[in-house]
Amino acid sequence: MRLVRLIFGTTEGAVGAVLLSLLVFIALFAPVLSPGDPLDIAGPPLLHPFSMARLPLGTDSLGRDVLAGIIHGTRTSLTVGLAAAFAAIAVGVCVGLAAGFSGGLVDEALMRVVDAFQILPGFLLALALVSVAGASLPVVVLAIALGAWAAPARLMRAQVLSIRERDYVAAARVTGMHPLEIAVKEILPNALPPVLTLAAVIVAAAILTESALSFLGLGDPNIVTWGTMIAEGRNVLRSAPFLSVLPGLALVVTVITVYLVGEGVTQALAEGKAGQVDRQGPTA
Amino acid sequence: MTLLTVSSLAKRYVSGTRPVTALDDVSLTLDRGETLGLAGVSGSGKSTLARILLRLMPADGGMVRFEDDDWLSLSGTELRRRRARIQMVFQDVLSAFNPRATVGSVLDDPLRIHSRLKERDRRTEIAALLDRVGLQAALVTRSIHDVSGGQRQRVAIARAIATRPSLIVLDEAVSALDVSVRETILRLLVELQQERGIAYLFISHDLAVLRAVSHRIAVMDAGRIVECGPAGDVIERPRSDAARSLVAAVPRLVIRG
Amino acid sequence: MTLLCRMLNLRVTYHRQASAALDLSALDITAGERLAVIGESGSGKTTLARALAGLLPETARCEGEIRWTSEMPPQPGRDLGFVFQDPSSSLNPVLTVGEQVAEGARQHLNLSWSQAFRHARDLVASVGIPDPDSALNAYPHQFSGGQRQRLAIAAALSARPSILVADEITSALDMVVQAQLVALLDELVRQAAMTLIFVTHDIALASGLADRLVILKDGRLVECGATAQVLERPQSDYTRALIASHRTLSSRSLLPGSAA
Repeated sequence: MRLVRLIFGTTEGAVGAVLLSLLVFIALFAPVLSPGDPLDIAGPPLLHPFSMARLPLGTDSLGRDVLAGIIHGTRTSLTVGLAAAFAAIAVGVCVGLAAGFSGGLVDEALMRVVDAFQILPGFLLALALVSVAGASLPVVVLAIALGAWAAPARLMRAQVLSIRERDYVAAARVTGMHPLEIAVKEILPNALPPVLTLAAVIVAAAILTESALSFLGLGDPNIVTWGTMIAEGRNVLRSAPFLSVLPGLALVVTVITVYLVGEGVTQALAEGKAGQVDRQGPTA
Repeated sequence: MTLLTVSSLAKRYVSGTRPVTALDDVSLTLDRGETLGLAGVSGSGKSTLARILLRLMPADGGMVRFEDDDWLSLSGTELRRRRARIQMVFQDVLSAFNPRATVGSVLDDPLRIHSRLKERDRRTEIAALLDRVGLQAALVTRSIHDVSGGQRQRVAIARAIATRPSLIVLDEAVSALDVSVRETILRLLVELQQERGIAYLFISHDLAVLRAVSHRIAVMDAGRIVECGPAGDVIERPRSDAARSLVAAVPRLVIRG
Repeated sequence: MTLLCRMLNLRVTYHRQASAALDLSALDITAGERLAVIGESGSGKTTLARALAGLLPETARCEGEIRWTSEMPPQPGRDLGFVFQDPSSSLNPVLTVGEQVAEGARQHLNLSWSQAFRHARDLVASVGIPDPDSALNAYPHQFSGGQRQRLAIAAALSARPSILVADEITSALDMVVQAQLVALLDELVRQAAMTLIFVTHDIALASGLADRLVILKDGRLVECGATAQVLERPQSDYTRALIASHRTLSSRSLLPGSAA
């Protein structure tokens, strides 16, 4: 795909894509890279990193392998991040498309709902939902998505409003195309690109929100997450800071990776559009 | 045979706080196989008339009879079905085509919607259409933005004739084209009219272009039709101020001393 | 007849393009002349205009040189004014007309804001905008396309430059407005004795305004000479074809069975 090539053309995109592939690899092959349950006791507690070859990053206060925790935590973070972003964008796109295309009362009604969700601080909404519905992975994903769908909806609607007036949409109507087909075939594909650049921001925010929820003890207790690891490391911060710092570093690297990919996508899209203009020349 | 009758068409809208009359009591007729040139400056209402005729915009008053239908009262599936009979060629600006379209997909849409042809037969028909408008069959897979302006306009014409309409509205269809390309497109349009008996409502601010292809010319000014008659008469003996200034504005090759 | 600038072996290639958009062997521009650059799309005429004004994108590759008699290339705004093709984007939509027309004078003539605004008012009146005082406080979207181009011309002339480059300024407008704009340019350029470089695809429009014609095709210079000479005795086939394909009101109708 041309877009993929363009992404690799930018420095940010290339670096981000490579790092992301690495993270995805780690997430997919976690059971292979680090067999066994990461919550099992693997050795003596509070072992410092690089002191034993078998446990390169040491152990926590219960003796669990830190490296295993970080590897398996990658799975959680990426799953939550991608799932929440996907849900938020899917819902946002549908609502934005419906609002922009219908206009009138439907548009007004939907936009008031979007307003309502946008006013609520995303993290507090997530906190509230998790406290009420219990802390499990699907609930966490839902909670984050609920806080994040309003922005893509609004952006999508703005795009639709602008594209609706273009001549090619009028041409589609003149051809006798059904309104639904116009919405999906003519408008949606052209409205989507800027909304996709939001995806990176939402993924990053989702990963951080999930970590924050686990840090507060509201995450899924049955799986390993970086947030819980950071939380547990808090108690021994003076004597064993690596317990909080290492998962924290993993978090930073992941979020930066996502941002880099997002930046690559944004630049690639801008380049793509500029390339189109350049091809015509400035009207000679 | 009268194909189209427009009676007392009116359109008003509000711009800022001022009411604007875009169309004021506009009436005209068009026969089968005839070209009516519609001339006027920007803002005279030509494009508004075109958009109302193509049901892209509602009218505030008046009636349109097209092929014995009360055209403005049709809606929904019935309207979509009858749209095959009246098509439009837009000014060739980049926005007239979906940026993701290919030449093939542009021509496939009308065939898919209006004819009962299977995909393979549609492909044959698309090749035939391309050939008729003077384009190579190989262009089918080309992105619509990868072809020249003249080629794009030929594709637009192919799209317009695909549903075998009886009327095509051309809104400044050659204005954005190079002068040398204009001539070939105008000839193509005249040929297609002879072959298929299509009537044209040809909108342009350039009287020289209208002279080339119109049987009759109507001149619009501030939302009204101020003059209408055989093309030669309107150009050689303009009676209205609007027509006179349009005639005067056509640039002539001047040899300055 | 002093020389204003000389272009030698000027080659411009845009980013990621295989062939050169402009490939001029030599072209001279005399001070005070009216030069029309004529060509179809892809001929390189806009590239030439932008190269003169220093408006080529950073990613464009330039070879050859433009030698200015004044040693320094003209400073945009002060020495050279540029008017663009698209009336809907040639003026900044969020600034008032007054601010935009006064800008040049303020920047380059060192006038105070009030002096610059008075100057702007005179300019706006001289380009034929009715009620110039209230026009200064209005925004571009409140004017028609033709009026916006007039205002763009006023803004370009604000600092009293000696060179004016008009890049297809009439192409997006209707015929009547085109004729009016050309008449306006004729008047303004004569009064201020400026050098005018008028880029257009319309050879007839250019013929009424220009002393000299330069015809470009595919980036190359095809013909160059005094207007009368080029029109009456064109040297190249391409020029002949361009002249022939120009339709006038007396050209024959394409309809079958029509006398004339």
